[in-house]
Amino acid sequence: MNYKQPLELTGLIANLDAFFREHLSPFWASVVEGLLILIAIVALYAVIALALIYVERKITGFFQSRLGPNRLGKYGSIQSIADMIKILIKEIIHINRADRFLFYVAPFFVIGSSLMAFGAIPFGKGLQAVDFKMGVLYLIAVSSIGVLGVLLAGWSSNNKYSMLGAMRSGAQTISYELSAAFSLMTVVVLAGTMQLSEIVESQRYVWNIFNGHIPALVAFVIFLISGHAETNRGPFDLPEAEGELTAGYHTEYSGIQFGYYYLAEYLNMFIVAAIATTVFLGGWMPIQVHGWDGFNQVMWYIPSYVWFFGKTALLIFLSLWVRWTFPRLRIDILLNLEWKVLLPINLFNIVMMVITVLAGWTLTDLFPNLFGLA
Amino acid sequence: MKALIKYITDIFVAIKNLLKGMGVTWKQFWAKKVTMEYPENRDTLVISDRWRSELTMPHDENNEHACTACGICMMNCPNGTISVTSSTVETEDGKKKRVLDAYTWNQGSCTFCNLCVLTCPSKAIAFTNDFEGAVFNKEKLIYRLNQPGSKLREKKKTQ
Repeated sequence: MNYKQPLELTGLIANLDAFFREHLSPFWASVVEGLLILIAIVALYAVIALALIYVERKITGFFQSRLGPNRLGKYGSIQSIADMIKILIKEIIHINRADRFLFYVAPFFVIGSSLMAFGAIPFGKGLQAVDFKMGVLYLIAVSSIGVLGVLLAGWSSNNKYSMLGAMRSGAQTISYELSAAFSLMTVVVLAGTMQLSEIVESQRYVWNIFNGHIPALVAFVIFLISGHAETNRGPFDLPEAEGELTAGYHTEYSGIQFGYYYLAEYLNMFIVAAIATTVFLGGWMPIQVHGWDGFNQVMWYIPSYVWFFGKTALLIFLSLWVRWTFPRLRIDILLNLEWKVLLPINLFNIVMMVITVLAGWTLTDLFPNLFGLA
Repeated sequence: MKALIKYITDIFVAIKNLLKGMGVTWKQFWAKKVTMEYPENRDTLVISDRWRSELTMPHDENNEHACTACGICMMNCPNGTISVTSSTVETEDGKKKRVLDAYTWNQGSCTFCNLCVLTCPSKAIAFTNDFEGAVFNKEKLIYRLNQPGSKLREKKKTQ
């Protein structure tokens, strides 16, 4: 069944591709397209960061019975642009007796890792820059580079607070990556593939979180918890811990270097929500019911990137809600939670998922007629 | 076995309590916001009567005030904020009498301690809660409280 999709960008992208192929040799066409994609991704990265900063400040305000930014522009909407200009024109302070090279290199590890993860996310139908066969593994691998930047930042700053913050962050991120990876693996068992586009395609009529019911739901919750912990946000922001460590690993950074950490933090929040959307909540796939062609057509009129950003926004709201509800964990409680609670549950859960898939207890196995598989 | 059961029940208790907390913040999210948007809400803004921000000398409809220029407020002011200048004039019946020339108050160095108002024997000055006293220049903070041409209110002849 082919549905009309008037607002999709696939046609535009195909036209652009044909245009470049026609006027340039295949090599230069690829180069130009690659550069355009790079520019698009970096621009989207910056725009999403600005939007997220505004949204977070507004929602934070609402959770604290305040209005949030409301002076600059309608409802304070251009506040984060003003903040960006401020951070760009700020002086970069040079630290005496810091390890110069590593100090300046560290932010690029953090931002590079989040940019690389950002590039592999399917934003919509045909809106995925790279689609690896090992997409999920790639995301896990790339997002774990970020911790290197954090550790280098803390170590090269020659500052005890930064060092403590970096050590906490290192312990926390490396521990929680285990849980995040395991919960993604649970879904890989269910979907039978690591390629993100195929994972999205396989969720056409039923999302993975429903298809795998109990084990998938547990994996989803664990992924959200470990995702928040990995991005050093929510109740797990103790690497920053303003009260004890001034600002943790980025205490000594100023100006745009601090801005990189700030940007990467917000984008990591987005990336975690985006991965959870792609893997558990059907990605950019509109809600469809097999056989209801009229309903499906209406759903397809809403373009796929709107579906993607909508689902992601819900998860981001959840992350902010959690952040302003739960108190910050102590470092030993934090590590206990990972090693004594989440990891055993996760190991048990992945076995449960394997049993569910092998025994045919997934929804698609139990009710194949509903999903047009019979 | 007991430890295992406790381990599992602890997880569910924790989830229940965390959800309870999220319920509280969810209600807070939709609650009425307490932020006051100041310049827009001037009409509805309520400033307490006890709030002291501007020293005034009330004048009645005949442009008369109650200040006898005794200078007690000036002496009591801890910061030297008030200065009272007076001159002596002779009334028709030959009595010498002190009249107020200028009552100046420097808001810039005032701590709003209220000692001047408390010690004024004739209740000639009062603090109001009109708080919008910002000016661009510190010279503008020096106010002359007695209106030009005003004079001392005569005591009513005793009945």
